Amino acid sequence: MVTREVGFIPSHVSQWGDAVPVEVRLPNILRPVASGEACVKAEGTTVRDVFDDLVRRYPGLRPSLLTPEGEMHRHLNVFVNDDDVRYLGKLEAKVGEADTLTLMPAVAGG
Amino acid sequence: MVPRSLWDKMVAHCLDGLPLEACGLLAGQGEQVCEAYPATNAARSARVYTVEPRDLLIADRAAEAAGLSLIGAWHSHTHSPAYPSPTDVVQAPDPDWHYVIVSLSDLEPVVRSYRVVAGAVQEEPVVLPAWLPECLQW
Repeated sequence: MVTREVGFIPSHVSQWGDAVPVEVRLPNILRPVASGEACVKAEGTTVRDVFDDLVRRYPGLRPSLLTPEGEMHRHLNVFVNDDDVRYLGKLEAKVGEADTLTLMPAVAGG
Repeated sequence: MVPRSLWDKMVAHCLDGLPLEACGLLAGQGEQVCEAYPATNAARSARVYTVEPRDLLIADRAAEAAGLSLIGAWHSHTHSPAYPSPTDVVQAPDPDWHYVIVSLSDLEPVVRSYRVVAGAVQEEPVVLPAWLPECLQW
């Protein structure tokens, strides 16, 4: 078994592996709090990691991404490439290098 | 502005969805609707709708591929007027979007469009011009 000593682990790196860079596509409504960008970069090994990194970079995103309890906002759709993370473990869904996360607010009413 | 063909497409999708609410997404440029993407109502209800998330993703990608942006959504009211309900107002996802409501409560469908900004509803005219220039695509 190969082991690796680790010292200080930056908070954005999962203890189970190195964070990977991903592209995050933002809907129009969130771009103003991300310096107007439609696509931003973030790092992580899970969607939760990526969200944490996004919030570090753009604190104004937090209320739209997470509930006060730290769960995924139910009015937010999150896709890792073509897959809805609701079926992949939500915030625990894994992300791989060069994956694209697409964030889209739910469209609903009555 | 809405091409007549897309107006017909929206109304037809709403009629096909009965007795449930139907919904879809609008793509275009500025104030001009260039495409309407019918979607599945994931709520499968006669009183509420939720655009199936995967349909939302597909429509967003299709719009982008056509050089367009998603600029709004439409849904049907099966038994009430073509006016945003409190649920519609609270859940409106984007203040820049156009929200089209197709009421099927009467014999003839009634189609109206609105902007919803910070909880305030403002109706906007739905223009069905006899002629529209081709939507730019690149």
